[in-house]
Amino acid sequence: MSKKVHITATINGRETEFLCEPRQSLLEVLRDELRLTGTKEGCNNGNCGACNVMLEGRLVNSCLVLGVEVQGKEVTTIEGVASKDGLHPLQQKFLENAALQCGICTPGFIVAAKALIEQKPKANEQQIRHYLAGNLCRCTGYDKIVRAVQDAAKECAGKAK
Amino acid sequence: MSTSTPFKVIGTRPIRHDGVDKVTGRAVYGADVYLPGMVHGRLLRSPVAHARIKSIDTSAAEALPGVEAVATSADLPDPGDRIAELGEGAINVRHLSSNCLARGKVLYKGQPVAAVAAVSPHVAEEALKLIKVEYETLPVVIDVRAAMQDGAPLLHDDLRTESLGKPGDKPSNIAKHFQFQKGEIEQGFKEAAVTVEREFHTATVHQGYIEPHNATAQWNADGTVTLWCSTQGSFSVRAQVGELLGIPISRIRVVPQEIGGGFGGKIRVYLEPVAVVLARKAGRPVKVVMSRADVFEGTGPTPGSYIKVKMAADASGRLTAAQAYMAYEAGAFPGSPVNMGAMCVFACYDIPHVLVDGYDVVVNKPATSAYRAPGATNAAFATETVIDEICEKLKIDPLDFRLKNGAKEGTRRADGPVFPRIGMIETVEVAQKHPHYKQVLQTNGQHKRGRGVASGFWFNCGLKSSATASVNADGSVSLVEGSTDIGGSRTSIAMQLAEALGIRAEDVRPIVADTDSVPYCDVTGGSRVTFATGWAAYEAAQDIKRQMVQRAATIWGVPADQVVYEDGTIRSTSDPAKKLTFAELAAKLHATGGTIVGRASVDPTGVGGGLATHIVDVEVDTDTGKVTILRYTAVQDVGKAIHPSYVEGQIQGGAVQGIGWALNEEYIYNDKGEMTNASFLDYRMPTCLDLPMIEPVLVEVANPGHPYGVRGVGEVPIVPPPAAIANAIYRAIGVRMQTLPMSPGRIVKALHNGNGKS
Repeated sequence: MSKKVHITATINGRETEFLCEPRQSLLEVLRDELRLTGTKEGCNNGNCGACNVMLEGRLVNSCLVLGVEVQGKEVTTIEGVASKDGLHPLQQKFLENAALQCGICTPGFIVAAKALIEQKPKANEQQIRHYLAGNLCRCTGYDKIVRAVQDAAKECAGKAK
Repeated sequence: MSTSTPFKVIGTRPIRHDGVDKVTGRAVYGADVYLPGMVHGRLLRSPVAHARIKSIDTSAAEALPGVEAVATSADLPDPGDRIAELGEGAINVRHLSSNCLARGKVLYKGQPVAAVAAVSPHVAEEALKLIKVEYETLPVVIDVRAAMQDGAPLLHDDLRTESLGKPGDKPSNIAKHFQFQKGEIEQGFKEAAVTVEREFHTATVHQGYIEPHNATAQWNADGTVTLWCSTQGSFSVRAQVGELLGIPISRIRVVPQEIGGGFGGKIRVYLEPVAVVLARKAGRPVKVVMSRADVFEGTGPTPGSYIKVKMAADASGRLTAAQAYMAYEAGAFPGSPVNMGAMCVFACYDIPHVLVDGYDVVVNKPATSAYRAPGATNAAFATETVIDEICEKLKIDPLDFRLKNGAKEGTRRADGPVFPRIGMIETVEVAQKHPHYKQVLQTNGQHKRGRGVASGFWFNCGLKSSATASVNADGSVSLVEGSTDIGGSRTSIAMQLAEALGIRAEDVRPIVADTDSVPYCDVTGGSRVTFATGWAAYEAAQDIKRQMVQRAATIWGVPADQVVYEDGTIRSTSDPAKKLTFAELAAKLHATGGTIVGRASVDPTGVGGGLATHIVDVEVDTDTGKVTILRYTAVQDVGKAIHPSYVEGQIQGGAVQGIGWALNEEYIYNDKGEMTNASFLDYRMPTCLDLPMIEPVLVEVANPGHPYGVRGVGEVPIVPPPAAIANAIYRAIGVRMQTLPMSPGRIVKALHNGNGKS
């Protein structure tokens, strides 16, 4: 067994310390060490997006990042998307649009879609589909997911005015 | 109940009860279970597709620091040779056991041969590398027709063909040959003006749920077992584990966690018995999770198949005869869904003379399991393509042809049943009037465009369900049921209880409970949950209503027959002043004799079949062979849509799985029988960039066999897409595709050869 490394990172706005083996991925650290199990493993090789998190403001597959790489960095997971005051508009619109069935891909989609609408608040359908092409959903056929993201983007733009 | 009754809850779109947990990451799925002292299990899988296991040496793995337990099939009781009823039909226990940990032989690449539990997943993986397995490799057969030949490599020395009920005299890979017959097939062909016969091949495809299989087991000091897992049927897991390990079911508690997709693939156990054995040996709880490659290589795909269909019609466009030869790959062990495919192959149509021959054939691929309308999609690809060709020859619009020949109430299927009220004709009528079907399709340079239609049938299931519902003092109801919720079924079940009680959907708190906390419930499968568990909830509501009437009568001191329950209100028929709402009476229960619990256990007949007609426009790039879906409309008879959004979701999701099956998805094998594309990168499921919006059109032909008219909706949407797309591709490029998937390479080849045979 390899020696563990002490890491300090900001996770969902809180300074967090943990020990991890150099071979553990960020996904493993989030789930197995920090019990932030909202981030899901679907493939463990970067093909499904279920483990999407934000790392220093960039959307990443946490299965492709090592735990030791987040030393001193900022990570936001699905658990950091809702505020104390309530759900993020994306979460609310996913519910209203029935944009989830089994729900296993939902955290990854919400993290990815949030990154999109923050970058491109006026993304059209094609841009949304392009941006979310790294997230697999097997239940919905994506229709209601795309509509939820469109609705949330509109609501966020309205609030920003 | 008359379906003209205006519903208050049914047909509305409340937010699902488990929704907030699922959008915030709080919902607990199987892999999210962590127990004190828990260690991690991993499985060693066969690197070869067919071999005798000469020896397994686990000593080096056992000696690795951090390893807590190692298991092989020697740790499973000898299953003997017996068949057990395990929740989804009869299962050969020896086969099921060998599929969990191989015994004597491996029959496909990816079959588990040993398992390790260790302090971390990484240590477990290191230990797997230290296990030495000596294999004597054997010749491999992975194609259904090759496996049927005399002299083909045999997977099982003791498997003999059961042909039309009689046992065969020599070992064979053909497990079963059966026939469905109606009328006199030769007579039907004699009456025909047009006959079309074509052969079709479909590739092995996977359900592709995003959540890998997982199981966490705890072996308790008193010999009881607790299992947390991702399953479509907690009681089925209990029965299978009990049977495989020789443990009475009363000593096993299965706690179903949230399930990240199943589509039929999470009914058979894979990891659960292994996790229990490891937990017993380690003396600690063990969690086992599959990798994505494990899921592809080791869990049930749906079969590849060879189907020959011959159909005939008279000059007026009426079908006279239909014949099918259907050979499905069961994978390593008998049990492909060819029988279900044969039930569905011609079920959309009223045909006087039918003959279907079905063959269940073992090959060196993973044991197939159910996948959304198992067997029916393969069959519809063949039938609906041949129908399209008949329409072309007779110069009849394909929807007009379906109106003329579509099955309706009273039509007898070749496998026996006579249809009750079904909506085949209605789906065609609605499709015909839909703007999509009327829109003119323009071609666009080298991008050829075409429109196709196809219909599909799935029979749906009933099976056993139960529910208990307790009235809370605040006027809400806690509903406990056993159907694991794959796609919003908690809510559709709760809505039926709410409708029956005259309360709001939000006033019902549904939970899916473990096997010790809820009465027996069959699997979440066969599109049965909203139908049957919904019915259990309806009956539990009737039980509550009876008791509330009785209680109000006691409180008011009037005979119970002078109290009625209407629209969420309990009132006296003799004294208009005596009236209580559901919530008002609920608040009085504790002081007037105690709480009220409604309960029900149902095993309903009256299942209504599902029928669908899909329209698709495609664009084919004749340089690259890429097919793009331009527009997709899926018309379906849904009986009564309890929660229309989730009904639409089933249709959209099923259609898209069908699109993936049609265009890209396949297990690609090398000549050693090794799957070469066991990842989401190379096994190409549709992404949102590959698709347009999918328009679902709900046609409500109430099922007379259900109190609210419900018929299953989940499975039939996957059935028409491959044929509809093949028919659209034909309109675009003039070539009939006869092999799935219709991937770019195959389209280019078809354009070059002028036919779509391979």
